[in-house]
Amino acid sequence: MLRFILRRLVSTLFLLAGVMVMTFALARILPGDPARLIAGARAGPGAVAAVRAQLGLDLPLAQQFVHYVSGIFHGDFGRSIITRRPISQDILTFFPATCELVILASLISLVGGVALGAASAVNSSGKTDAAVRVISVFGLSVPDFWMALIAQLIFFSVLGILPFGGRLATGVAMPPYVTGFLSVDSLLAGRLDLFADALRHMILPVTVLAIPSMAVIIRVVRTTMLDVLSADYIRTARAKGITPFKVYLRHALANSLLPIVTVFGLNMGLLISGAVLVELIFNLPGLGRYTADAISGSDYNAIMAITLVVSAAYIVINLVVDLSYVLLDPRVELK
Amino acid sequence: MVAVVIVGAVVLVSILSFVAHVSGFSLTTYDPIKMNITASLKPPTFDHWMGTDKIGRDTLARVVGGAWITMSVSFAVLAVAAVIGTGVGIVAGFFGGLVDEILMRVTDLFLAFPALILAAAIAATFGGGMGPTTVALAAVFWPWYARVIRSRVLSLKEQEFVSAARALGASRSYLLVVTLLPMVWPLVLVQLTSDVGFVMLASSGLSFLGLGAQPPAPEWGAMIFDSLAQQPRAWWLGVFPGAAIATVAIGFNLLGDSLRDYLDPSLGASEAGI
Repeated sequence: MLRFILRRLVSTLFLLAGVMVMTFALARILPGDPARLIAGARAGPGAVAAVRAQLGLDLPLAQQFVHYVSGIFHGDFGRSIITRRPISQDILTFFPATCELVILASLISLVGGVALGAASAVNSSGKTDAAVRVISVFGLSVPDFWMALIAQLIFFSVLGILPFGGRLATGVAMPPYVTGFLSVDSLLAGRLDLFADALRHMILPVTVLAIPSMAVIIRVVRTTMLDVLSADYIRTARAKGITPFKVYLRHALANSLLPIVTVFGLNMGLLISGAVLVELIFNLPGLGRYTADAISGSDYNAIMAITLVVSAAYIVINLVVDLSYVLLDPRVELK
Repeated sequence: MVAVVIVGAVVLVSILSFVAHVSGFSLTTYDPIKMNITASLKPPTFDHWMGTDKIGRDTLARVVGGAWITMSVSFAVLAVAAVIGTGVGIVAGFFGGLVDEILMRVTDLFLAFPALILAAAIAATFGGGMGPTTVALAAVFWPWYARVIRSRVLSLKEQEFVSAARALGASRSYLLVVTLLPMVWPLVLVQLTSDVGFVMLASSGLSFLGLGAQPPAPEWGAMIFDSLAQQPRAWWLGVFPGAAIATVAIGFNLLGDSLRDYLDPSLGASEAGI
């Protein structure tokens, strides 16, 4: 077991190193000259050369890479061309809003996906099953940013019961920054009104974000549950007179946990990607907004820093998922 | 039954839009990129079934005209991804050992990024536009092919027909191309059909971020992004292009599902994480 954990740790380190090499390589094959971009269009050749020397862009590639990596370990990703601030600071400002969205959406998609997937497996080829299959096809095919737009039209424009976008009502002051999660910070500040307002603003983005990932979970849960339900020990449990509910929950669902956990980890990629797009629709000041601005302003440092940070988070989450197999299922082959 | 109708309609519309684009024949009354300031921001009427945008371009003409962009980008992405992925998968599975180890670690690296984030970084590096978007999406999708094909080749190469070919003196390249390649085709085909929908969503997502086809080209994702400035007043600007993406993606996903059931029921759901 120790060997399994070690092997996974080593391969994670290799992946993280690979991600650094990739972002570095991408940053160095840029079509434009970053020094010129930073110095500005009107800077003379001397000024551009000075910026290049200051950024270390005149050094050999290997040396540049060493600088790049040591910068990352010191939390230094360079400066953003747009905000003119250190990118690490920008990320700390924008990351929490996205994180909050992704965490809530992942929980909702997990609960909803498991419930619907299990319901459709239990009642396979019935009406529930048909309805759930429709939901899962829709969830996988309808672009989330468009779903966001439709939700906004329905709940804001037509019904007028939910806000258009943003994190809080306009003109309301933010609670003091502690975690950056508005739901947590408002509670820490003892402001229940802010908490409620923040939640109201999150209903639509979180729901929309959760739907595609829920669709994936539904599929996986349905397939594995169907598989497990046809196993002999389920028949035995039924024959022993255990109530159907208990058979489904304790025997069938418990034995479908591994694929659910795997897909939960993989879904984080789906959720982060979705958050980038959905944030733009709801005008949320998160990483999505920041990324979109960085793309339109050719702020390559910022784009690569986000790619690196988000991918590192994704890799670590999936490491945790892999290690949790050992706890969830002692039969797992540790190789 | 409903599924058959949707799939049929989508396939028909895609073929039509392609033919119309190639032959230069206009399916709609209006030009998708011609401005008409006097008809600015008109809601759907009998003249303009899907309304007009800020500079008076007909939304219906743009949605129809945008079909070929989405289709051609998606098919190009899949062609590149399938060729690279199948090649890597066959070579890795057949040779095994160090070759396999190296190729699979590279594959893992590409899967270690959240798909849209990696695609956006690559597309942004090459400056956006249809070409870079295609490369970026192919970079995200090929690893799935490599994995699926490799594991199939691993089991295929132990079978008698491979030993037989080898005993007859077949060279390595003969074994790869003539003996093994035809055996993995059905697998590639299944993966391709179930990926079309995902690739479309991803490419429209990139265009939504401003990285795909550049204006004034009528790309569906880009049209939705452009509509944000007029939200929530001009609802028709975002609703119709998105409905087009959704309909086509649903059609291809249903097609992919049934094809998978038909050709290879043992395959699980595609896990391309977009």
